[in-house]
Amino acid sequence: MPLSDRSAQISALYQEMILDHYRRPRNKGELEGADASVAMKNPLCGDEIYLHVAFDGDAVRDLKFTGRGCSISQASASMMTQLIKGKSAAEIEPLRDRFRDMVMGKADASEDASLGSLRSLSGVAKFPARVRCALLAWNALETALAERSG
Amino acid sequence: MNRRADFPLLAANPDLHYLDSAATSQKPAVVLDALREFYETSNANPHRGAYELSVAATDRYDAARATLARFLGVADADCLIFTRGTTEAINLVASAWGWRNVGPGDEIVVTALEHHANFVPWQQLAIGRGATLRICELTSDGHLDLDHFRTLLSSRTKVVAFAHVSNALGTINPVRELVALARELTGAVIVCDGAQGVPHLRVRYDELGVDFYAFSGHKMCGPMAIGGLIGPRWLLETMPPYQMGGDMIEFVHDQTTTWNVLPQKFEAGTPNAAGAVGLAAAADYLDAIGMDEVLRHERELVSDAYARLAAIDGVILYGPPPSERSGVVSFTLDDVHPHDLATILDGDGICIRAGNHCAQPLMRRLDVSATARASFYVYNDKSDTDALIAGVLKAKEVFGHAAV
Ligand SMILES: Cc1ncc(COP(=O)(O)O)c(C=O)c1O
Repeated sequence: MPLSDRSAQISALYQEMILDHYRRPRNKGELEGADASVAMKNPLCGDEIYLHVAFDGDAVRDLKFTGRGCSISQASASMMTQLIKGKSAAEIEPLRDRFRDMVMGKADASEDASLGSLRSLSGVAKFPARVRCALLAWNALETALAERSG
Repeated sequence: MNRRADFPLLAANPDLHYLDSAATSQKPAVVLDALREFYETSNANPHRGAYELSVAATDRYDAARATLARFLGVADADCLIFTRGTTEAINLVASAWGWRNVGPGDEIVVTALEHHANFVPWQQLAIGRGATLRICELTSDGHLDLDHFRTLLSSRTKVVAFAHVSNALGTINPVRELVALARELTGAVIVCDGAQGVPHLRVRYDELGVDFYAFSGHKMCGPMAIGGLIGPRWLLETMPPYQMGGDMIEFVHDQTTTWNVLPQKFEAGTPNAAGAVGLAAAADYLDAIGMDEVLRHERELVSDAYARLAAIDGVILYGPPPSERSGVVSFTLDDVHPHDLATILDGDGICIRAGNHCAQPLMRRLDVSATARASFYVYNDKSDTDALIAGVLKAKEVFGHAAV
């Protein structure tokens, strides 16, 4: 691929929205009364997400995260917590699938309004080495939900 | 001098700036040709066939060992065991020597800048045998703290293991001093991880004073999955084998087996003869340049890169000054995560490593989860550094517009 195309993809990847969530993460911190806390790490690059979830029945009443890592992993976690708060497991599952398909380049979800600000991560699809970063928080959420349903 | 032309992958990608040779080096045409030539002219199972072609394969394999022994200053070539690389070589020592000679109450001394390959085998040996792992800390400028090292050594120390050169920081360790202290204060076996030594320094094993020395071919222009372990004959001869199977046996009775002589005793199964032949070609290639010139070339590049990176606002450099390291620069930039930095550089065809460099104990001590690492080798030149600096400035710009 010509380097100029690659350069354009870089600009598409690092959107203002992502850097904003990276620098000013939403829902970051410990969660009082969390029912589940899941650690997810990517030993390759040292990304760490600790996701703390409080349930209300099968819905996520509240969730927060702690940890550190690259802009993609941290922004993805921040945006995910905003989107997921208050949703039921049944509502979360299709969102997760759509997000996963988007960052893996299997579907163009960049116009999918249901994903909200997470659409800004669509550029990840062009960077296979970064897909794991984008999915880290989502994998933590999946584990938390699976533990919940036992 | 433009050595880039010697490397087909680099020649085919003129816009590529390969700055990850500490992970693995590119391969010159002479090495690729040697691999192909072995399979085209000498391919048979070494040691096994009673026919001319098998003899030819055996001769080529033996000649490769002799070339490596000469290149590394090993007088007794039978004491150079071919392995898959450094990892297997260190595991060989930890298993074959360690499990038999380290016991409860004994101590193993390693350092805080080791690659996991020279850390985890010792840590697990200590756990398995009820011994204690002791870790030599670093000074603030990324050297081993020799005062601390001295305090760790005693008659209880059974193994002293350290890298010749750190892959994460580039620090060249003072092998002579470490060996002198270890010999004075302990009766320990000394193990040196030469994965980053052999590619960049002139290594004379017989003069180094260490017992075991491990290295990897793929970091010194050679093929992957070939490398070696060098050890003293008296130790190798008293050690039990590491793996068992063909070639490493002498007589197999129903209930007992006797072992083959060195080096076969430690080379169970069909060897990577083509890899060894390719590795010998790599040694010849480096020899023709001259290892002193290799280091001089790297130092020149790394000094320039170091100074130019240091001049960028927000860059933090790790490790000793360029005059005391090999061709590695480890750094971070503001709050730009190394992984993001690597992606942005990749966009301009610049390959660097981002991560913990298989040295998590070191990263904890530096209090970072990752660094960016650019590593230089024989085929790099100033244009690679120019690209690196431009890329870092670009990353600053990409991240800058949302700066707090
Ligand atoms: C210092 C050091 N030790 C050990 C290793 C492991 O080498 P290999 O993966 O070739 O076995 C490496 C390379 O990754 C290294 O840089």
